[in-house]
Amino acid sequence: MADKIKLGFLLLGGCAGCEMSVVDLSEKLADTLEHVEIAFWAPTVADVKYDDLAKMEDNAIDVAFIDGMIRLDEHVHMARIMRQKAKTLIAYGVCSALGGTAGLGSLHSKEELFEKAYKNTPTTDNPDDVYPQPECLVDGKYDLTLPSYQEKVRLLNQVVDVDYYIGGCPPHYSHVEAALNALVTGRLPPAGSYITNGKAVCDVCDRNPVNKEGDHRAMLHRVLRTVDGIPDDDTCLLQQGYICFGPITQGDCGASCLHVNTPCRGCGGPLPGVEDYGAQAVSSIGSILNDENVTSQLQEKYPNLSKFFYRYSLPSGILPKKI
Amino acid sequence: MKSPNIIGFACQWCTYAGADLAGNLRCKYPPTVKLIKVPCSGRVKPEYVLKAFAQGADGVLVGGCHFGDCHYKDGNYKTKNRMDMLKQMLEEFGFDPRRFRREWISGAEGKKFADVITEFSAELQELGPNDALVDIQPGNEVEEVTRNG
Repeated sequence: MADKIKLGFLLLGGCAGCEMSVVDLSEKLADTLEHVEIAFWAPTVADVKYDDLAKMEDNAIDVAFIDGMIRLDEHVHMARIMRQKAKTLIAYGVCSALGGTAGLGSLHSKEELFEKAYKNTPTTDNPDDVYPQPECLVDGKYDLTLPSYQEKVRLLNQVVDVDYYIGGCPPHYSHVEAALNALVTGRLPPAGSYITNGKAVCDVCDRNPVNKEGDHRAMLHRVLRTVDGIPDDDTCLLQQGYICFGPITQGDCGASCLHVNTPCRGCGGPLPGVEDYGAQAVSSIGSILNDENVTSQLQEKYPNLSKFFYRYSLPSGILPKKI
Repeated sequence: MKSPNIIGFACQWCTYAGADLAGNLRCKYPPTVKLIKVPCSGRVKPEYVLKAFAQGADGVLVGGCHFGDCHYKDGNYKTKNRMDMLKQMLEEFGFDPRRFRREWISGAEGKKFADVITEFSAELQELGPNDALVDIQPGNEVEEVTRNG
């Protein structure tokens, strides 16, 4: 049928968790198949090859979802092809939107990362120092290649133009449903923005003291990590001393982590108007620490602040990697 | 190296008044600082500091009131919390934290303002220009050569 909306999914440097969120729609996904057609879903679900995408006509896909960050030259190559084939391109999930946890790799050199991954882990046995090489000649005649590793992690929008963003690690399936509905009905925000309900995690969190009768916001008098104790499961985590990024993160998840007594770590992406998530986190958390003793307590408890504040967003920051 | 380029965020009640006084007192200090008047040092987001560095500032100064003097009672306490954490983060990124200063300069301390700028300029002169951060901004960097991209 010509009227069906053609969807494409492409996994770059991610873990395919974002695609699991689509699958989590379960019977709703099956229902939508009346209106949509999956034209490309690689390398995870459909039996298609990269070449099949390259052979498609330009603009053959209506909406393309790309999840995962850019780490290898293969990712750059595939992202550019997908951009040509797609009318609308969505950076789907926090990795392609902000870099994701793998983005923290930009704080280390390639040598450090390779040594850890291929040599120094306790379960690795690599006495000959064998590391992956982009090119290798086997038996003097087979010229084999692997995608080559780039110097730092990049976001999708640093490689191609992106029309919309969806945050989350992974995006909550109910939000995926809302986003798909928005796409089908055409009720979309201005190009270049997040598809989001625009509310902070605190806004949708049951623990928010502002929404409780007779309760009020208070400053932090101590800092705790989640290993230091079990938080009370009804009180705001910030008020108990557990640093939570709820005030500065998009709440499309419906505060899922807070429902299981875990502080928000910011995978939803920054609220509209914020350019640098980590810097905004420093700003917001800094303003609710009661005094300098609490600040030094935080600095002691989290010895690497940049990995804490930029957990999902390091490559999107103004300082995108170690200098 | 040419003379350093310093961006100074100055609270209008204290540090900016201090800079004014430095002029009235005919204190001499190098013309390296570009002051931006802000209502309170607590208004300065860490993002502004990073942005200044990214756009080519060799040094950034955030100046506020001494503790207890803040016109808005606790703005400078927030500044201290934020800027101390930011400084630690800059260090973790391998960025020289000496390029970033947080100073409390009151409206009566014209001399201190001149001294801070003189000292900061001399230090930055030694450190040389801040190219590292400018070069890695998207758009400024040379794209890596890709084999099949």
